[in-house]
Amino acid sequence: MAEPKPKDVLLNPLANNNPIALQVLGICSALAVTTKLETSIVMALSVTFVLGFSNAAVSFIRHYIPSSIRIIVQMTIISSLVIVVDQFLQAFAYGASKTMSVFVGLIITNCIVMGRAEAFAMKNPPLISALDGIGNALGYSLILIVVGFFRELFGSGKLLGLTVLPTVSEGGWYVPNGLMLLPPSAFFLIGFFIWVLRTFKPEQVEAEG
Amino acid sequence: MKRDSISGTLLVALVLCVVCSVVVASAAVLLRPLQEANKKLDRQRNVLIAGGVDVSSMSTAEIESMFGDETRIERVLIDLSTGETVDAEAAGIDLATYDPKKAAKSPELSQRVDSAAGATPGVSRREKYAFVYQMVNGGKVEQYVLPVYGKGLWSTLYGFLALQGDLRTVSGITFYEHKETPGLGGEVDNAVWKAKWPGKKVYDDQWQVDFKVIKGEVDPNSAKADHQIDGLSGATITSRGVSNLVQYWVGPDGFGKFLEKQRDVNSSAHQRATGQKRSAQ
Repeated sequence: MAEPKPKDVLLNPLANNNPIALQVLGICSALAVTTKLETSIVMALSVTFVLGFSNAAVSFIRHYIPSSIRIIVQMTIISSLVIVVDQFLQAFAYGASKTMSVFVGLIITNCIVMGRAEAFAMKNPPLISALDGIGNALGYSLILIVVGFFRELFGSGKLLGLTVLPTVSEGGWYVPNGLMLLPPSAFFLIGFFIWVLRTFKPEQVEAEG
Repeated sequence: MKRDSISGTLLVALVLCVVCSVVVASAAVLLRPLQEANKKLDRQRNVLIAGGVDVSSMSTAEIESMFGDETRIERVLIDLSTGETVDAEAAGIDLATYDPKKAAKSPELSQRVDSAAGATPGVSRREKYAFVYQMVNGGKVEQYVLPVYGKGLWSTLYGFLALQGDLRTVSGITFYEHKETPGLGGEVDNAVWKAKWPGKKVYDDQWQVDFKVIKGEVDPNSAKADHQIDGLSGATITSRGVSNLVQYWVGPDGFGKFLEKQRDVNSSAHQRATGQKRSAQ
């Protein structure tokens, strides 16, 4: 296996190998927390923190992890980090942590986190693993923020809680699209995102048949 | 030591667990004061929301000053079994630290919930003394904000129910803590649903509890329309829980006795004089 380059590891997951758009991992939370831009950003930051540190930690002790309990070891590290993140959110971003309720805890089961620990961190040194984690988290964040941006804008006419399109109920002209506030709209938006991405990068299109 | 040997495996597991637990425990302990402050502020904010105050543009300091000012929000500790204001010193309670939620778990400060008497909030014990927030304007209580709680499907829902000065009409409800399914039972937080509450009545003309969260939509032409709220779709048990907890807390085992006393006080001419004397005691 060729030695991975830091730049590739960090930037490839953004467009070339996006965890949501190409690997279709971590969809669950992308549907659930993206009704508002603010929660999307908080979720993106949390996942970036967890993924960066979990990859670094797993990679750091990769020579000591017995193969029989490696999944449990990874889970323990990931869950500890998620609990720490949850505690921090409760202390510093209480409003956001309440809106996100269970979904912070569900970062533990986010496939991207364990996927990267198992696929990359177990085989590579800590620094590059941390970069890989952050890179993948950024790819995930990119989608989360794009989806959160459109859902909040078209669903409630706001961005980060500030009115952009004055809605009819508040005396403006914009009739909000209720679908945007419901989880299925994230499917459509992710679909559009994948479409746009694959128009520019046709090599990502799967072979037919 | 080989890493796949049994002793090696146990050692790795042990060290990992110790390290992780230290990290988790220290995060929890160090951040607790901040979290507690957030929770307190959130409760105060919810008291105001239940009372129909727009808090979205209010700063922390503004909310705290409102709660510090007795001419705007008066917090009284009442004995649920008599409806009287509790003499905190005689009962050995420190008002600054008294936490009704903790009290509900201590044997001395709580009592069993009598399940024979109709609706119960689904919990086995409740505190003896509870806080009531009275929103005062010009010396007159405009709203009574009552802390309410009860079991939903997965969790106990904690919230506030605000009644108007007539002690019969709801002016708002909020839930500040629950773990119901997001999107189903979690819709108790839904602003559209909460907006259906103001104007509903929890008592009938004879001051008997008459309130229900029904299945489906309320028929606006029905005679009972003022005493019913639409159920949450996909959340039968949460809706039932909300129905029961409202019935319990406005009923005679909850704040019923206190509210009854307030009615008597309000109907007499010297309402504020007695009210102030009582809270001063």
